Amino acid sequence: MATSDPTVKTTPAVDETGDGSSRILQTRGLRKEFGGLTAIDDVDFALEQGELRCLIGPNGAGKSTFLNLLTGQLEPTAGEIYYDGTDITGLPSHERVDRGISMKFQVPSVYEGLTVAQNLRIPLQQIVEPDAFEDRTREILGRFDLLDQWETVAGALSHGQQQRLEIGMAMAMEPNLMLLDEPVAGLSVEETADIAELLREIADDDGVALIVIEHDIDFVETIADRVTVLDGGSIFREGSIEEIRTDPEVKRIYLGEDH
Amino acid sequence: MSVGSSDGPLAAVRRPFEGPNTMGNSPAFWLGFAVAVVALAALPVLFGLYAAEVGAVFLAYALLGMSLAFIWGYCGILSFGQVAFFGVAGYAFGIVAINAATLTGLTLALLAAIAVSTAFAAALGYFMFYGGVRDVYVTILTLVVALVLYTFMGQTAGGEWAIGDARLGGFNGMSGVPDLAVGIGSTGVEIGLLGHYYVTLGALVATYLGLRALVNSQFGYAMVATREDEDRTAMFGYDTTFIKLVVFTIGGAIAGLGGVLFTTQNNYVDPSVFGITAAALPVVWASVGGRTSLIGTVGAALAIQFVDYRLALSGSEWALVLIGSLLMFVVLVMPEGVAPRLHEYIVEYREDADPSPAPQEPPAATEEVGD
Repeated sequence: MATSDPTVKTTPAVDETGDGSSRILQTRGLRKEFGGLTAIDDVDFALEQGELRCLIGPNGAGKSTFLNLLTGQLEPTAGEIYYDGTDITGLPSHERVDRGISMKFQVPSVYEGLTVAQNLRIPLQQIVEPDAFEDRTREILGRFDLLDQWETVAGALSHGQQQRLEIGMAMAMEPNLMLLDEPVAGLSVEETADIAELLREIADDDGVALIVIEHDIDFVETIADRVTVLDGGSIFREGSIEEIRTDPEVKRIYLGEDH
Repeated sequence: MSVGSSDGPLAAVRRPFEGPNTMGNSPAFWLGFAVAVVALAALPVLFGLYAAEVGAVFLAYALLGMSLAFIWGYCGILSFGQVAFFGVAGYAFGIVAINAATLTGLTLALLAAIAVSTAFAAALGYFMFYGGVRDVYVTILTLVVALVLYTFMGQTAGGEWAIGDARLGGFNGMSGVPDLAVGIGSTGVEIGLLGHYYVTLGALVATYLGLRALVNSQFGYAMVATREDEDRTAMFGYDTTFIKLVVFTIGGAIAGLGGVLFTTQNNYVDPSVFGITAAALPVVWASVGGRTSLIGTVGAALAIQFVDYRLALSGSEWALVLIGSLLMFVVLVMPEGVAPRLHEYIVEYREDADPSPAPQEPPAATEEVGD
């Protein structure tokens, strides 16, 4: 898991689960009910270190709920979540983040009233000393192509720049696992290609595991190591992008006739 | 994030108090600030003891206003009941001080009063924030707390409502609260009228500088981030609930300090400190002055209370109407408040005058001198 980028820490602690794999994340019987509705129905999910997994499924399949359970914004009704070998099920969000889970929301949610540099300071001051702020800010802004926006108020950035800044802020936390909810929604073709390249780099060079919720199947094909299809709150299929694309059942529930 | 300019040894002194979370970071701002402090300090000399007596009450109000600007402007917690901590501290001081009017007793009364208001804010904050109360519900709940105290203290007229020698006195209030004094045994100082003015001014300046250092620290960034987007901030590993509790508690302590200085100035406290008019005033000061500007709120508190006082002196009933109109005007025309708007103008002016990157500039120094 060597890296070409010294700004980001690599080599997350390995969890040898006994079967020879190194799982960064695992859920067992994860379940979430809202009143009478079962949004997540006994999901057993596993993610390898450095893997880029795309999570797809029709609207209401439970994708965002699943991510929110992983971040701790929602409490599961039943089941456990293991991160890096430890049970994190009951932990509040901020403690999960301390352990290396990072999340990028569906809507770009940078701090619109703060400058780009101030935005980055919020995650940075959690993990580096004050005298390193400026250097780290420069490195991250350079990597995410925002160097000339240092003093720009984040609300004035373009949609694509906000997405990049937000991924930069997530990376500033030096995570081992990053969760992204529709990172390219509303972006142009070029911006989407930029983000795809960035996400692949983060998985390949930084060794960060990623779960990406995405609707755009072409984007999924560009970036995914493996794909999980959720339907009705349970895992419907799991496999390589080719397996998923050619699966007639998946086509029927999700991909539509033109795929 | 290039902080500060490199002009002289003063820059190093200024540094802890400066940063992007406060507006006045230039030498010109600090000069204005120094002028304002000197002007306030000269007030008793220029206008006599009576001015000091009245002025000290305004300065105590300014502390109350600053406590709200701190929690609302910097952490997004709009408390409509800052007066609860202000008044509770006043009553607590009175109860202890009346029962133990010695140097030691009065010192203890000061400490006890601030401890009580701090603990009260911590307890209320704990149940609110850990109970998931957010946004406008915090506003409503804090107002209700103040009004409950108003009603409760109002019905304490009977002789059975006494703690030792201190009678709570219902709507007639608790009178005979001793002056402030600090000391142990027989060594110490009793703080007289003039002394009280300077103690209050000193407390205001010290609190202002302390809060400036705090909001520009790492904790200050966490506060601002919590204000901007609480969920997002939690996802960067911040315990936002705890941050809000700490901020709210500090706000309660500062309001309590103001309450003690207010009560000892008047030697009297009554339930009207908890009333709806009193509860609204800090919100008016912070809205008009600019909640994100500590000094703007201080300036607005001093100016509004001064005008209110002058109108009341002339027998006019128009003070509240005027304050209400002022609030409406500011909310409609410059919703962010006077000081932040002034700051914008100054930044624009400087950019026009000098195309090199403009430093940040002061709000309300002149506004404050106006008193």
